[in-house]
Amino acid sequence: MTGLTFRKREEPAERLDLSPLTPSRLAGMAERDIAALAVGTSRMGLRVGDVFDVAMGDAAAIRFEGGSDRFDRIGEAMDGGEITVAGDAGVRLGRMLAGGRISVSGSVGAHAGSAMSGGVIAISGNAGERLGGPLAGEMMGMKGGTITVGGNAGVRAGDRMRRGVIFVTGAAGEDLASRMIAGTIVVGGRAAATPGRLMKRGTLVLCSGAERFAPTFLDNGPADLLILKIMADAFAKGEVGEVPFHGAPMRRLGGDTAVLGLGEVFLPL
Amino acid sequence: MPGVNDTMTVNGVSIDDGFAEAFPMAGTAIQITAINEKWALEAARSMTGFATSVIACGCEGGIDKVLTPAETRDGRPGVRVLFFSFDAGGLEKQVTTRLGQCILTSPTSACYADFDSETKIDLGSAIRYFADGWQISKKFEGRHFWRMPVMEGEFLCEAETGVTTDGVGGGNLLLMARTTAQALAASEAAIEAMRKVPDVIMPFPGGIVRSGSKVGGKYKGMMASTNDAYCPTLKGVTKSELTPEIGSVLEIVIDGLSARAVADAMRVGIKAVTDLGPEEGALRIGAGNYGGNLGPHHFHLKDLLP
Repeated sequence: MTGLTFRKREEPAERLDLSPLTPSRLAGMAERDIAALAVGTSRMGLRVGDVFDVAMGDAAAIRFEGGSDRFDRIGEAMDGGEITVAGDAGVRLGRMLAGGRISVSGSVGAHAGSAMSGGVIAISGNAGERLGGPLAGEMMGMKGGTITVGGNAGVRAGDRMRRGVIFVTGAAGEDLASRMIAGTIVVGGRAAATPGRLMKRGTLVLCSGAERFAPTFLDNGPADLLILKIMADAFAKGEVGEVPFHGAPMRRLGGDTAVLGLGEVFLPL
Repeated sequence: MPGVNDTMTVNGVSIDDGFAEAFPMAGTAIQITAINEKWALEAARSMTGFATSVIACGCEGGIDKVLTPAETRDGRPGVRVLFFSFDAGGLEKQVTTRLGQCILTSPTSACYADFDSETKIDLGSAIRYFADGWQISKKFEGRHFWRMPVMEGEFLCEAETGVTTDGVGGGNLLLMARTTAQALAASEAAIEAMRKVPDVIMPFPGGIVRSGSKVGGKYKGMMASTNDAYCPTLKGVTKSELTPEIGSVLEIVIDGLSARAVADAMRVGIKAVTDLGPEEGALRIGAGNYGGNLGPHHFHLKDLLP
């Protein structure tokens, strides 16, 4: 059985809230009922049927054909199944994701994977600001699961991250891993500004270095650690995929000593 | 010849119509790696020292196999080690104590789980506080590791390992020969073959026991005492199981992660002994039991013939 497909008719005139379109919420629903779900965010009262052609199929595998940066909150609080977006997605993609997989062939807006606790988000393009981070007022960002970004990540990716893995193939915007609590972030490109500012614990592997560090990060010198090889091997076999470090010795910085100081940053020697 | 039922003969070696009586045990497997095989073995031997019998050592442990770099988690030489005890709690206590004293301390070592199951016992989670607050927890791809800064660098240890309650302890072979040299030759041949069987250990020194025991004894508080029925110097003064030509008996005790693994080890051990023959090795193969009423696992020798 093929998946349930939402084919975009034309670019929507407003931002859409697509959070109702998750596998568990659509399971067992009739096409008419799905088409009647409200997804608009203005007084226009847009419904699914106003924006998409719906092709019924297995709700456990949802596909959006034709994305848009106005498609917000895709896969919010999803706990299983799969969502594929052929194109871009808007803000809060996979926010509070607990399980399942979300794949986006394009780029996504801010707060992708915000406060997620499990599952996988695979973004082929770029990610907006605060990837995996909390919304204003929340104490924790990402709490588990895996996010991969094929392009670049915006500012403050991994803000207040508690657990899980983020891999950004390209560059990271300003202040990556700000206020990080724990977890692992790997960046293939260069990290802008001051990565790890106020991080308590956690691991940053910055394969192409960083613009600069806060003076509260201290150089521990070269480190030849098994964990780097174990991580690289595990990532290659798992959801993260091949990463640009392979267990060779790297320079280790400890910090941020402005707070707990138990975090670490690995840089090329 | 009281009590002897040697109904089978293979290559001149008679095999008793008896059985080994074995018991359920909690078992686990861990992988120890190091910079080279020498140091992996140093760590493994240290950790499995004084682990011959659960009665007095708290657990039974030994080396299952030496691992090539391609077989280990971190691509370095390694050793797979098995431990067995009466229950998972006792096993955890023994394994973690030995982990802290023998693996954490051994240069370049790392330690990983090597048995998957729903039930777990702690490894690194139990000793992480040695790092005095500098320990680092890493969870990724479904695995959990503890990293502990040590003077040499960093000790990497998986947080937990799986444990099985389907382990079997006390599979055994009694190898009876004219002389001690012949009994030892037969035992060594058996051990060499049995060490190739996965998921088993022979926990005694070199895999061989010279002082097999019976349950209890004449003195109060003795949990085990010498197996006088198989002591050649007591022939005639005790209810001996030995014929006049038997001058020495050695025992091989086998623990395995499954009953099948124990049976496989006994099978290849019997074959090695019968292949060696009675002139160079054992005249007779037997097995120890307690009448069949204590242990649920009965490994009948007639079912394990080559």
